[in-house]
Amino acid sequence: MKINAYLYIFVMAFATWLMRVAASLIMKKPVKNRFFQSFLYYVPYVTLAVMTFPAIVEATQSPLAGAAALIVCIAAAWFGQGLFTVAVLGCVTVLILELFL
Amino acid sequence: MRTGAESGREIFMQGYRHGIPIGLGYFAVAFSLGIAARDYGFNAFQGFFASLITYASAGQYMGFALYATNTTLAELVLLMFIINARYILMGFALNQRMPEGTPLRTRLLVGSCITDEIFGITIARPGVPTPYYTFGALIAAVPMWALGTALGITMGNILPARIVSALSVALFGMFIAVIIPPARKDKAVLGAVAVSFALSYASVHLPVVSELSQGNRTILLTIIIASVFAILFPRENDEPSGGGEDHED
Repeated sequence: MKINAYLYIFVMAFATWLMRVAASLIMKKPVKNRFFQSFLYYVPYVTLAVMTFPAIVEATQSPLAGAAALIVCIAAAWFGQGLFTVAVLGCVTVLILELFL
Repeated sequence: MRTGAESGREIFMQGYRHGIPIGLGYFAVAFSLGIAARDYGFNAFQGFFASLITYASAGQYMGFALYATNTTLAELVLLMFIINARYILMGFALNQRMPEGTPLRTRLLVGSCITDEIFGITIARPGVPTPYYTFGALIAAVPMWALGTALGITMGNILPARIVSALSVALFGMFIAVIIPPARKDKAVLGAVAVSFALSYASVHLPVVSELSQGNRTILLTIIIASVFAILFPRENDEPSGGGEDHED
């Protein structure tokens, strides 16, 4: 028998939410352990880097446009552009390049 | 608290502004999610509702696919735990930045806003994570995610592929804007980013590892690379900041 779609959706959302708040339920204060501190310091950069590449090259119709967007975004961020500018520059790069590629 | 001079409303609006490029990226990704959701038997309202309350890309994609296979709720819960396990790590990283005595309510509110992207901008923001900021970003981004899903279900391929292609880069551009400024300041972060790019690329092509879902590959690589860097390049104690950089608005 098919599970009710709304019950299914609710359970999916609740299970996802539990993962989000798991640490909030456990942690009462910052952990002092030096390894754990250092580990958590690197986590965001590693996670986001892993998710960015090679996914950005696979997300566009032409891999070349994705690669160009990657370079443009890195250069823009390196020279101090903010979130929104970097994101828009990436989109524009793909839009223009895919006119030709 | 370093943001003491700013009112809650100002911080909320800052989060909202930072959430807009995230929302653009979500819209493009959700559109393709919607196309899949229709194939798996969800209507536009169900898709909208699911995206509004779940807001998890890989998790929802797997959840939708599993629905078509007549799964049990227990299997669904187990799969969601596994595929979203990286949110636990992100939650730890955010809570690590909150001082002792932070009310559970605040911790839960910040945690509830975790997505890959909102986590990224929240951890990059100097100071203590605050629900004003995370909810600002959430309220800008998640409706776009839900709308994109519903439109993907109803309109399928009506949006030109070129536009979807360009929009899908917005998310990654935002990730890059989060990781590059600290990488410029801290050689160890730069090294971690470079190694992450290389191993991530390799893992897509390696046997065994490439068969893992993207979410599981991400968490595996995160644990390995962050552990190695934590051992090789440990941080001095009690550095409150995640090395973040002020974003201009």
